[in-house]
Amino acid sequence: MTVRIYVPRDAAAVAVGADDVALAFAQAAAARGAAIEIVRNGSRGLCWLEPMVELATAQGRIAFGPVAPADVPSLLDAMVGSGQHALRLGVTDEIPWLKRQTRLTFVRCGVVDPRSVDDYRAHGGYRGLERALTLTSDQILADVITSGLRGRGGAGFPTGIKWKTVAQAQADRKYIVCNADEGDSGTFADRMIMEGDPFVVIEGMTIAGITVGATKGYIYIRSEYPHAVEAMNAAIVAARRAGFLGKQIGGAKHEFDLEVRVGAGAYVCGEETSLLESLEGRRGIVRAKPPLPAHKGLFGRPSVINNVLSFAAIPFILDNGAKAYADFGMGRSRGTLPIQLAGNIRHGGLFETAFGVTLGELVDEIGGGTFTGRSVRAVQVGGPLGAYFPRALFDTPFDYEAFAARDGLIGHGGIVVFDDTVDMVKQARFAMEFCAIESCGKCTPCRIGSTRGVETINKIINGERVAENLAVIEDLCNTMKFGSLCALGGFTPYPVMSALKHFREDFGPAPARLQAAE
Amino acid sequence: MTVRYEPWDKARGAEIIAEHAGLEGATLVILHALQEAFGYVPEPAIPMVAEALNLSRAEVHGVFTFYHDFRKQPAGRHVLKLCRAEACQAAGGDALAARAEAKLGVSLGSTTADQRVTLEPIYCLGLCATAPSAMLDGRLVGRLDEARIDALVAEAQR
Repeated sequence: MTVRIYVPRDAAAVAVGADDVALAFAQAAAARGAAIEIVRNGSRGLCWLEPMVELATAQGRIAFGPVAPADVPSLLDAMVGSGQHALRLGVTDEIPWLKRQTRLTFVRCGVVDPRSVDDYRAHGGYRGLERALTLTSDQILADVITSGLRGRGGAGFPTGIKWKTVAQAQADRKYIVCNADEGDSGTFADRMIMEGDPFVVIEGMTIAGITVGATKGYIYIRSEYPHAVEAMNAAIVAARRAGFLGKQIGGAKHEFDLEVRVGAGAYVCGEETSLLESLEGRRGIVRAKPPLPAHKGLFGRPSVINNVLSFAAIPFILDNGAKAYADFGMGRSRGTLPIQLAGNIRHGGLFETAFGVTLGELVDEIGGGTFTGRSVRAVQVGGPLGAYFPRALFDTPFDYEAFAARDGLIGHGGIVVFDDTVDMVKQARFAMEFCAIESCGKCTPCRIGSTRGVETINKIINGERVAENLAVIEDLCNTMKFGSLCALGGFTPYPVMSALKHFREDFGPAPARLQAAE
Repeated sequence: MTVRYEPWDKARGAEIIAEHAGLEGATLVILHALQEAFGYVPEPAIPMVAEALNLSRAEVHGVFTFYHDFRKQPAGRHVLKLCRAEACQAAGGDALAARAEAKLGVSLGSTTADQRVTLEPIYCLGLCATAPSAMLDGRLVGRLDEARIDALVAEAQR
């Protein structure tokens, strides 16, 4: 009997040797004449166990990891024999870290073969689209609005309202644009879903297309994600071949097709209007709003522009109903959020759960503290534009409003953990440096403010007139926050001011340095 | 794995441009395709792109210079990109970047004198739970430590 083995193709698994492991399995099997089938799945998201290999059995899939190529011969013996091995993690679905999650968006990620439409459909894929094809545009909009889904890119704008605006707009052409320019450090959920379950993104965009009357969609993927580009392109070809993209979607009268476009290393292109400029072939310069992209978006046409995870949440909502999604969450944050645990963390990876989980639970219980074993000093939530939180704020629940109330943001749901060796004044300087490197240059507060910010923080580090320069930083941050055109300049103050507020002691000068300065 | 690029050739450049010129908003697509073929975007290609897309030369030059990815001249034989974003910083990336700089004798953003290695910063490869990470000629490497960064540098120098 053929043994089916799953070896992830996810970039994070490949980066720690998954391709070598897959090759070792093929060679070991050939050497002993064993019949095996290797499926290159996505990642289950337990990144510290990657490469995590799975064996299909009658009792469910059994996980082993982290696997090195040298482990493969003994592992293959165990797989065809007793099943016992030092790297055995047990039945995958019973691993507590996975079992504790609520996977709605990532339910198939790591489970299915990301190249196969059939496998996607066998695991509930395209049921959302099938139902959507029986509904009117208004009925779909009602579902999306009732689900409470808010834009997962960071801004948290209600997705259904955005779609409704585009649906009501009159134009000769409309577009669906997927923002896959996931530039925030500490986030990788977009990459994972595109590599592990690309059809869910395609399905979500297709539903958006038939809802608002758009026939063309673009997925703008950053160039740092070549594996995701390849996976999406392969999935688009497969979906087209199966009749899920093209002239007659699912045999119905709707037309919709997709194209992948690749970014070119500009962080600011994750900002929606900058992304539209880039898609149109121009410099990624932010546009002033209004007009909203929903009225005048790509090529001046009404456009739905959503994050990868927003589109990926749609098929579940259409398949299971708005209430099934809205039943999860707290306050005005409904449904689940795929949270990414990253940086100096013991158990890092993708953890999808309902809104309401606290920062402390995520970092200490689920994440297991730091990888280095030292104490956690700070966590940055929401990427380079997100605030640094100290332990004292670990009771903050994951909820858009709760984070805003504490001068932070959820952003794209990434958490980067730092241990007690971190120097927070350097992190504050990095935030300004990054803004200076990536500013599109259109507005002065961001373009000039970030450079002045770096200079001023350098003075603070050198112990020059610290109190006065800290006042300059605060003033500068206020100017950037309220005067910038987009979130790059507008949110850079979050990491800077939170570092200053919660870790004031790092902004010196230490008494010894003060003496030296005098 | 050394990537082999074609030498600049006007006819070949024109062919690449013509292949994509019909797309909506084709500029980035064309610049990517040119760089993929030649290893950089040769200066004579800029007016050719402008003409094909009915844009001014300044507009195309503006796009070319806006994006970090596009190169004015060929990179070294190997390109080693080190992630310098926060998650990799948290996992010890600063020290590893300094180590690579010292071993290669160049700072991030430059090429060794023998044109063998271009060392570049990159801001996030999306491998933030297996940090620090790097990319050598398109191959991803995670969970970097001193031994792994030394091996990568040695491989790039070969």
